[in-house]
Amino acid sequence: MNLDFSDDQKLLQEEAKKFLTKEDALKINRAVMDSDKTYDQELWNKIVGLGWTGIRIPEEYQGLGLSHLELCVIAEELGRQVAPVPFSSSVYLFTETLIEFGSEEQKNSILPKLVTGDVIGTLAIAETNSAPSKDNISVALKDGKLSGTKIAVPDAEVATHAVVVAKNGDNVSLCVVDLNSDDVDITVQRNIDESRGYYSVSFNGANAEIIGDEESGWSNLEKIMDHAAVLFSFEQIGGAQASLDMANKYAKERYAFGRPIGSFQSMKHKLADMYVALTLAKSNSFYGAWALSSNAAELPTAAATARVSATKAFQLCSQENIQTHGGNGFTWEYDCHMFYKRSKVLSLNLGSLPSWREKLIKSLEQANIKL
Amino acid sequence: MDFNDTPQEAEFRAKCRAWLEVNAELKTKKTNSAKNMNIGNKSLLEAAAEWQKKKYDAGWAMIHWPKEFGGIGATPIERIIWAQEESKFNVPKGVYEIGLGMAGPVMMEYATDEQKERYLPPMAEGKEIWCQLFSEPSAGSDVAGLRSKAVQDGENWIVNGQKVWTSGAHFSDFGILVVRHDAGLEKHKGLTFFFVDMKSPGIEVKPIKQLTGGSSFNEVYFNDVVIPDSQRLGEIGDGWKVAITTLMNERLAVGDADGVDANEAFELAKKHDKDGEQLIDNNAVRESIADWYCEASGLKNTKLRTMSALSRGDTPGPEASITKIVSANKLQAIGNFGMDSSDMSGMLMDEKSDFIKFQMAWMGAAGLRIAGGTDEILKNIIAERVLGLPQEARADKGLAFKDIPSGS
Repeated sequence: MNLDFSDDQKLLQEEAKKFLTKEDALKINRAVMDSDKTYDQELWNKIVGLGWTGIRIPEEYQGLGLSHLELCVIAEELGRQVAPVPFSSSVYLFTETLIEFGSEEQKNSILPKLVTGDVIGTLAIAETNSAPSKDNISVALKDGKLSGTKIAVPDAEVATHAVVVAKNGDNVSLCVVDLNSDDVDITVQRNIDESRGYYSVSFNGANAEIIGDEESGWSNLEKIMDHAAVLFSFEQIGGAQASLDMANKYAKERYAFGRPIGSFQSMKHKLADMYVALTLAKSNSFYGAWALSSNAAELPTAAATARVSATKAFQLCSQENIQTHGGNGFTWEYDCHMFYKRSKVLSLNLGSLPSWREKLIKSLEQANIKL
Repeated sequence: MDFNDTPQEAEFRAKCRAWLEVNAELKTKKTNSAKNMNIGNKSLLEAAAEWQKKKYDAGWAMIHWPKEFGGIGATPIERIIWAQEESKFNVPKGVYEIGLGMAGPVMMEYATDEQKERYLPPMAEGKEIWCQLFSEPSAGSDVAGLRSKAVQDGENWIVNGQKVWTSGAHFSDFGILVVRHDAGLEKHKGLTFFFVDMKSPGIEVKPIKQLTGGSSFNEVYFNDVVIPDSQRLGEIGDGWKVAITTLMNERLAVGDADGVDANEAFELAKKHDKDGEQLIDNNAVRESIADWYCEASGLKNTKLRTMSALSRGDTPGPEASITKIVSANKLQAIGNFGMDSSDMSGMLMDEKSDFIKFQMAWMGAAGLRIAGGTDEILKNIIAERVLGLPQEARADKGLAFKDIPSGS
């Protein structure tokens, strides 16, 4: 029985934690929030330098050739410090798509550049404020040209490439587009988290290359979403742990009515509830990590379980962290809001909590999995 | 990551399995319920005694105990493997757990060598049943507020008072007991710990009728019961320290709530009603079941993380402390859901129907949320022991026990 990370993986996690603490990623995040920027270039360059963008990329493409498990521990640390970098878009979404579905030629031309940082990728799905489905995609691919508009595309400004979910005749296909092309317009969209950038991206006949089987675009996308759900769940438990730690520290330091507020049962029970939610989420995320790294048949169920639990845990922990801090928690000055905002962005980016509960039930109906 | 046994664990599991297959009957889907223990015409007590003796003779009764008391010195992971395998078989439960789980460790730690030799093997063999006498009418969550009195009289102590919520007191041979020897001392300092022969003159056991209609607990009255000082465990005034040993064991023992879970809710929701409709098509139902599934999966994987640590020979983290809070509340919610699924007739009970398990879950869960530490106390424990938060300000600190306000 080994539902845990290896010593080497834990060491990598420790190194990641030290690095991000030394860089003071939280402070960098605040600086990004106070500026017009949506990411920090210097921190990103250092992360590329450490090889993190190539963790999962096979050695033949100059990557580190490691597993999803190494990516999970890095994700947890990035989440803990709400690092303002396009890591999730480029690594969990774009790189995963390339590794899973790219042709040999596509892999040869793009994967090495993801390792060096010359390519940064993202994934463009949403078009309207309804949940995307294979029947409501209208951005269209015709004769290798893409037209239409995607919204809420993460990191599109810093990204050089995007995988785009497109209607292709009667099919939905995934295709890769160079975002620097003149036929692509990118406009920043205001969003709730000032340390993340979301954009509307218009394609005006831009060249696009199909990735993966052109008839299987939607099911391929669902597979990538399952991968990303597990990886994001580690960012979420990292953020949830940081929120709980902040609340815990403050509850011990802050006095009211002549005693630390953490000595009141109402506060203890609040923090215990946060711990319970986080523990459930962590255990489910470990299970998701196992399913992802071993390519298990249970992956759709395990990914949805990790996603639902981690979303609930991070949202609960970040909102109750503000509550624990009282009025201070509502200020810009305290860090609580960074986690609150990030928790909501992370709860929406792959689809909402109700959408993932629905996915979970569907997977149970299909797979007939029992506990 | 993997879910495999190490080669040694696999070998041990195969040994457990081989013995169980010869000596017990594997559960099937039909017999897989807490109620069905395949005891035939025997009483539960007889059947449980027979099974315990069988295990003892073959060395499986208390495998983590040292050899001289009937164990094989098994490691924590081996103990879990044995429990996992045994739980797949249809064997009698509910008689020995408290004694072996709570009285056992205290006797092991505080009894004299002669006492251990005298009491531990029969306990493991199932010849003698033990119960735990802690809670009192005015001492529930605040166990240390207990009032049963022990007065020293030469080589003996004379005990008067009342205990409550004592599982199995009516069929137990011995009990572990904590009482107040000095009400002039502070609450936790005036307690002393004993073990007592349940057949002693002056002990009277009365069953408590629970809201379920059943009776698994008792009130136990002590009227001038004489306990020899040689049956004191720990020093005079160390009662709380000794009690904590068993309470910690209890909190580990009262774990997962038995009964309906996300799977059963899911199966129920898939049944068609008269109009051919299914509850599972209702979004609110889908959401609830998804959340219960996530909780159940979270508990299962938490357990596997604990096992992973034990398998490596490490001390597990505090993660298992969430188990009872989550599972008892989930059980209550699923019981509610089950009855709601029958709408206007959900209250009707039918012994022959499988549906009754939802009603029993709903009733039982109300007790489970209290037994072995209420939700509230368990949350305090997480807050104080895991998160390190300070204790609640108290109205009883520094006072002699007799001066503590009691509301009466």
